[in-house]
Amino acid sequence: MALEVTQFLLNAQSIDQATRTHAEESLKQIQEQNLPAFLLSLSAELANDNRPLESRKLAGLILKNALDAKELHRKNDLAQRWLSLDLATKTQIKTALLQTLSSPVSNARSTASQVIAKVAGIELPHKQWPELINSLLSNIHQVETHVKQGTLETLGYVCEEVDPQVVDQDQVNRILTAVVQGMNASTETSSEVRLAATRALYNALGFAQTNFTNDMERDYIMRVVCEATLSSDVKIRQAAFECLVAISSTYYEKLAPYMQDIFNITLKAVREDEEPVALQAIEFWSSICDEEIDILDDYRSEYTGDSEVPCFYFIKQALPALVPMLLETLLKQEEDQDQDEGAWNVAMAGGTCLGLVARTVGDDIVPLVMPFIEENISKPDWRRREAATYAFGSILEGPSPGKLAPIVNVALNFMLAALSRDPNNHVKDTTAWTLGRIFEFLHGAAVETSVITQENCQQILTVLLQSMKDVPNVAEKACGALYFLAQGYEDEGSVSPLTPFFQDIFQMLLFVTHREDATEKNLRTSAYEALNEVVRCSNDETAPIVMQLIPVIMLELHQTVEAQKLTSDERDKQNDLQGLLCGCLQVIIQKMGSIEGSKYAFMQYADQIMDLLLKVFASRNATVHEEAMLAIGALAYTAGPNFAKYMPQFYQYLEMGLQNFEEYQICAITVGVVGDLCRALEDKILPYCDGIMTQLLKNLSSNQLHRSVKPPIFSCFGDIALAIGENFEKYLVYAMPMLQSAAELSAHVVSQDDDMLEYTNQLRNGILEAYSGILQGFKSSPKTQALVPYAAHVLQFIDTMYGGREMDDAVMKSALGVLGDLADTLGSHVGPLISQSSSSKDLIEECMVYDDPLIRESAEWAKLAINRAVSG
Amino acid sequence: MAPPPEHRRPIKRAAISDQQRRREVALRLQADRRSDAQNRARQLASSVLSLGHEPETEPEVEQEQEMSDASGQLSGRTDLDPVRAARLRGPEVRRWFARQLMLPEWMVDVPPLLDRDWYVFPRPSGKRCFVVSSNGTTISRLRNGSILHRFPSNLPNGARTKDVSGPASSYSILDCIFHEPDETYYVIDMVCWRGYSLYDCTAEFRFFWLNSKLSETGASDPPSQYHRYRFNVVQIYECNLAGLQASYSGQVPYVKDGLLFFNKHAHYQAGNTPLALVWKDNVCSQYVLDTDSKGQIPSQQQVVLELQNDGNLTTFDDPPVALGSLSRDLIAQSGLQVGNLVRVAIRDDSVRLVDGKLDLGELQLVGKTNHSRAFADTYSKVLFQHAARHAPLRIEDLVASIQSNSSMDNSQASDVEMEG
Repeated sequence: MALEVTQFLLNAQSIDQATRTHAEESLKQIQEQNLPAFLLSLSAELANDNRPLESRKLAGLILKNALDAKELHRKNDLAQRWLSLDLATKTQIKTALLQTLSSPVSNARSTASQVIAKVAGIELPHKQWPELINSLLSNIHQVETHVKQGTLETLGYVCEEVDPQVVDQDQVNRILTAVVQGMNASTETSSEVRLAATRALYNALGFAQTNFTNDMERDYIMRVVCEATLSSDVKIRQAAFECLVAISSTYYEKLAPYMQDIFNITLKAVREDEEPVALQAIEFWSSICDEEIDILDDYRSEYTGDSEVPCFYFIKQALPALVPMLLETLLKQEEDQDQDEGAWNVAMAGGTCLGLVARTVGDDIVPLVMPFIEENISKPDWRRREAATYAFGSILEGPSPGKLAPIVNVALNFMLAALSRDPNNHVKDTTAWTLGRIFEFLHGAAVETSVITQENCQQILTVLLQSMKDVPNVAEKACGALYFLAQGYEDEGSVSPLTPFFQDIFQMLLFVTHREDATEKNLRTSAYEALNEVVRCSNDETAPIVMQLIPVIMLELHQTVEAQKLTSDERDKQNDLQGLLCGCLQVIIQKMGSIEGSKYAFMQYADQIMDLLLKVFASRNATVHEEAMLAIGALAYTAGPNFAKYMPQFYQYLEMGLQNFEEYQICAITVGVVGDLCRALEDKILPYCDGIMTQLLKNLSSNQLHRSVKPPIFSCFGDIALAIGENFEKYLVYAMPMLQSAAELSAHVVSQDDDMLEYTNQLRNGILEAYSGILQGFKSSPKTQALVPYAAHVLQFIDTMYGGREMDDAVMKSALGVLGDLADTLGSHVGPLISQSSSSKDLIEECMVYDDPLIRESAEWAKLAINRAVSG
Repeated sequence: MAPPPEHRRPIKRAAISDQQRRREVALRLQADRRSDAQNRARQLASSVLSLGHEPETEPEVEQEQEMSDASGQLSGRTDLDPVRAARLRGPEVRRWFARQLMLPEWMVDVPPLLDRDWYVFPRPSGKRCFVVSSNGTTISRLRNGSILHRFPSNLPNGARTKDVSGPASSYSILDCIFHEPDETYYVIDMVCWRGYSLYDCTAEFRFFWLNSKLSETGASDPPSQYHRYRFNVVQIYECNLAGLQASYSGQVPYVKDGLLFFNKHAHYQAGNTPLALVWKDNVCSQYVLDTDSKGQIPSQQQVVLELQNDGNLTTFDDPPVALGSLSRDLIAQSGLQVGNLVRVAIRDDSVRLVDGKLDLGELQLVGKTNHSRAFADTYSKVLFQHAARHAPLRIEDLVASIQSNSSMDNSQASDVEMEG
């Protein structure tokens, strides 16, 4: 009972808006009236070679969107909806889709491929559509090139969509065989097929774990991939290099036998091939660096001291040939690359890779790069000067400060002169960036002897402030350099050499924010960021100068709040500025609140600041809300119980923030601010708790809320309970079941997926923090009894997590805390219960000998508390 | 110009995102403060009040702090609402601190089972103080609550160095004696470590913890830029004959001032406690007999007592013990006020011990004490000083007590075996 949808689909793409709207509404109506029929019609449309391509493509797109969505909850809903359709409809749709793969129209095939993958993504994990892979593989043996091409493309998308675990090894073997054969130029003559196969392999690599452990199979795959990098078709070469990049991270430990060949291939590509290929060839080495940096980090890590995968030191071995290759790329700059935010070219990729190489090998890179710098840094050709400077800037992270400091000490004056006087903007841009890197890595509390001294600091500041009047991209880099210069003095206390220049610095940065071209090249943002950093490193002596900044920033914010009748472009800029000003206020509040001598003087401004921030909420921009909320959190912490007077006005915005599901960052930040308020107001927050708790509970029950907000909400329960103590009693009946069911879910999660595991641990930590806060809040209250019924569940939660063996350190520490709190608050009521819980005991014993001293001590503490409870 | 691959950030565009940093800082502060709040509650639970956010204030050294109101609230640690106490500032902090040290009683007779239940060690001569490290500073406070030093140290969170494990605000508290000649803090007890209270732990556990933890931090390293003073542990002995002998006559790197005895099972208890005892004689201390305000040993014993509003003169005990009184006339005449600490001389011939209680008889007013003095003498000190002048408890008595204990052990052991 397919419906006639062609005309609607065409009209929905009409240039006439009325036609378009009408068609869209009709389609929507059909979908709502009879979903199965609608989907069936779409698949029939897509499969029908007699229909116009435009309607077929849109049919495929609507079909795809009916199966998948970005937001997780919607994605799940759509999957459920598909699964619940009747079998006949689904079979009919799937048949139409597979049939489309044989269409001579390549766009139709490609669209069908993607839809098939979406269906597979839903059905295969449920053990449905078992015949899919086989029917695709049977297509491979067909003669027609376009069918092969479409089928390989589909296999690629399917591999991208489904988890390797849902496909059995036998099918994996056959998929890989088909794909690799499709790539093989000696047997497959069609370059279209070879391209489709190469792209399919990229997605199928994740399925090849077993095959990569088999020497013969791995050799074969590697040989075919390497050969494909030499194909005459540039698209195949690019796709083949993309495969190599993917292999370098997925199968790093299997690469040793192939590295010599790969080096030769990449060298040729970087020197001679077209940019998209050369970029991938460089990316291969960047990716190897990523792997080795991670492994070496693990080696150095205090607690593990080892890595699952050993380091093969590929970069160190390739160094003498790799570095010259990368240095060559630096000379291939484009004239306008500093003007284009999103630019990415061979020179930029080469410099980025050089930076990664420096981080991988450390000191060894220095002697290989220095001759290049010395030779080129003073050449008349700007490209050479820029490349030399870029090379220098790139290797500043990685080598030891001891190795770099003597070189930097010599180079510093040269750099300052270049920044003031080089005729080329590109060179100045890179020079200012390099200065920033020098300050970032060779200056500050973590560096034994900073290259910045009391003496050269003044000269540096003079040059940087002067450069802030230069063209926007250079001025922006100068602000960035100042940011890192200031950051080095953050822990300095009262002896900072910046102290005498505070006034000048603020003046210049404010001047920059008012430049007419301040919105270009991110300049204004950089100026405010530098301003924030300078504020962060103020001290008793400079606090009065920061204090003078407050009315200035408030005035600016006031002007943005008052501004009216703006164009949408002006509105955007206004929002950016408001966000920056709120951010700046937040930093000032934090800093002035932490300097005892300035806190009182600062609090004089509190009323006005609060007044302004409340007005800022009139803006509908998410970033602005977030920044204002953060500033208010800081103000609450600084004001302490005095913040209570702002609550009546502020509360509505707090509630608004908690209700903001769509912009979940705001919701998360607001939840955090509730925590700030709890600690500031303590029991004075009580009158607002009904509203806050209601909203938090609502949020938790919603499946629309971004999952990342849930852990902080649980933690927030703890904050509230700790603040209002036994008054939390009335919320127990709602909060405890939520905690219990979340605990139950999270305790049983077993996942291979690192992200999922990390999230689960965040969730567990939030739940445990809630339990701790509640237990502690009730401590010494006559209502302690109310918690006794929940004790068994809390213990069981910890038992289950302990059994699952996937707690991270933070969770372990929180769990130990909860055990102690249980014993401490409920004492003899739970003594026997805890004694019976063998895993609590095991957990504590195990943690007593843990490497991390904090965990060890948490365990000691829990043990003490429990001993007291058990002994009565 | 194509954009860079998704996960690859161009090295030159690795722009600082101050917004992201602000967000992260806010989240980190929130998490730190939450864990502070929860740890604080845990410490309160362990019956220690939070001192966590005390040190940000003044380095002013107020040696002159009058502690006149202290003696009336000896049990302040439990009287005070703990949550309110956590928010004390400035002088209140000093006053509060002044009541936190565990003060040994003077040993006027030998406790039973000395060798089984007690530790002994030679007490370093110097200034008794509480050392608190947190938030990147270390502060030592004298018994009267005033600050002795504010300095960086290798104690946990004792200096602003980058490699701190754990929240900077978690603090550690050590009970120390500052020994001037070698500018070293000798640690005699550990009260709190990285935010975990040891108040309710036995001395046995505290000493074990002290010995294992302190060495991990490098606090015993020689002074350096970020570690102004060295912290040493004192050697602690089982109070058997060998331990007593070693403490009494063994060589130590510091000037000895008597012996300290700690009951192994006792918790750290603020104020006077008979579960820690001090004893001295001329061999192990230069200062057996109290000196007067000019540093001379007066011919008659002098004691410092606190004037109460009924004219009674009381000791620094809980409850205070009245040892005599002044007439209203004398009080008015000498311009004394309630709460003043006064120095009085005892006429030896008028002192009597009645039913084990000291009766000082007639007291002779010497004058007010100087202002840095925070507390009156304790009853056990008066008694010890009196004994020291007339019938001191000698090292031989201690030895004899230990020997008799061990022989009693033997007799008990043989009791069990005799079944008849």
